[in-house]
Amino acid sequence: MSTITLPAKMENLRRLVQFVSGCARHQGYSESRTNEIELAAEEALVNICRYAYPGEEGDVALRCRRSGRDKIIIEIEDSGIPFDPLSAPEPDLRPDIARRAAGGLGIFLIRKMVNEVHYRRHVNKNILTFIVSPEKRPVDALKEHAHSTQGRKSA
Amino acid sequence: MEVACRKEKNTAIVSVKGRMDAVCSMDFEKILDEQIASGQTRFIIDFSGLEYISSAGLQCILTTAKKLEPRQGDLILAALKGTVKEVFEISGFSSIFTIAESVDSALAGA
Repeated sequence: MSTITLPAKMENLRRLVQFVSGCARHQGYSESRTNEIELAAEEALVNICRYAYPGEEGDVALRCRRSGRDKIIIEIEDSGIPFDPLSAPEPDLRPDIARRAAGGLGIFLIRKMVNEVHYRRHVNKNILTFIVSPEKRPVDALKEHAHSTQGRKSA
Repeated sequence: MEVACRKEKNTAIVSVKGRMDAVCSMDFEKILDEQIASGQTRFIIDFSGLEYISSAGLQCILTTAKKLEPRQGDLILAALKGTVKEVFEISGFSSIFTIAESVDSALAGA
């Protein structure tokens, strides 16, 4: 298992994202799949850097480990305010530039890019877990999964 | 991320290369803002050299499009590829923006 812990600050974002992509490349994932996983990691990490520690500083820890033949489990942990990103409402995807709201796409993209995403609050920590495979799951399976994780709430 | 601007037929062609993440996407928006402030209303964004975009980059493009709307401006996204194209499709951005296969075809239609 590889791990990295850094202050949750935007200036560390690239190092953190590169840690995740390094794990994917190390497992022989394709460049395009690595890009998708990086995207999911960036979206989660930006949320933590911007909102997990209002008015104070704190760390974010990343843990990557292989699971089974070719899956990777990526855990993103912070000690900030309780926040379950999976409870966020679906973003506004209306095909209308003027009325479309700008926020909420991050979590949506995470759901689309990783094979599974789970959240748990454990001993005052937020732990977001991605399970990824060398191939993305078909869109239908992703939709079903979105339903199964949507109802989770932070403790 | 590298951004280069040139003008053709009254249209600003903004080429963006590399990676547009949450760290640098505001720089991109600032460059477009400067162009809009100087009166430019027609834009083609050339994505042929872009390898990666996150939601922060998408927000900048949406924000720019919103600024252009009351000015009767025009924003065409050209030469999307790979993961970038996929992100535009998944987020529904492909259906709210004018997408062109290449800068040349965007110019031909402009």
